[in-house]
Amino acid sequence: MEFNITILIVDDFESMRRIVKGTLKSIGFSNFIEAEDGVIAMKKLEKEKVDLIISDWIMPNMNGLDFLKAVKGNDKFKHIPFIMVTAEGQKGNVLEAINAGVNNYIVKPFTTETLRAKLQKVLG
Amino acid sequence: MDVRYINPFIESTVHVLKTMSSITARVGKPYLKKNEVATGDVSGIIGLIGDVKGSISVSFKEECILSIVSNMFGETMTVLNDEVKDAAGEISNMISGQARQKLEIIGRNLKASIPIVIMGKDHTISHITKDKIIAIPFMTDNGEFTIEVSFEE
Repeated sequence: MEFNITILIVDDFESMRRIVKGTLKSIGFSNFIEAEDGVIAMKKLEKEKVDLIISDWIMPNMNGLDFLKAVKGNDKFKHIPFIMVTAEGQKGNVLEAINAGVNNYIVKPFTTETLRAKLQKVLG
Repeated sequence: MDVRYINPFIESTVHVLKTMSSITARVGKPYLKKNEVATGDVSGIIGLIGDVKGSISVSFKEECILSIVSNMFGETMTVLNDEVKDAAGEISNMISGQARQKLEIIGRNLKASIPIVIMGKDHTISHITKDKIIAIPFMTDNGEFTIEVSFEE
């Protein structure tokens, strides 16, 4: 299967961006933009068309929750589905992200099947 | 130190390595660590604060981390470089995250620092607590690694 959408992957760990990208490629996605934190991700959103955001939570400069709030609080970007992929799996974190408008939430470590299932829910 | 804080890290370590790299980690016998010299060549260290204060480290022998990261990336890694260092930090981060979820169940809420990763023979690991340091060795088919856990109430 091939999906012609552009996914913005935001994570301060290059290794994690690489793993997420590799998993997405195995599912059938091929267009990616990468950013190391929320500040850089916001700049990339201003410049390029993005169809889906996959972001870590704990990052320097602007963390994933603040980035999520910035996206969902912006009329230009709030329609973009946002999946949080994070090691922060405590109930309070999940609730905070839901309240901020996250479309789905994945706790690391994750399998390809988990990511595929969450993508199907978000993209329909 | 409350021994209930140890098992979540053991279980999480096994789970993270299995899920991310399909590597089976076999747990050895825990022991009291009495010095700061790392048992491995690459160590990820994370500080934990909240209901209790503590820190954990995950210290991998070279052969072990190279095989884990090779499986994670789907590409053979042969030298300790920045990519391996970065991945060691992310593995530590995932172990910490999983363990904190389990600690939440026993009523301990903790937040974690961003991991620090140190590479090199005989480097040292400084925990933020003054309490005992429990070391748990693990064996894989491609070498050993050790996690260290230290908490004070």
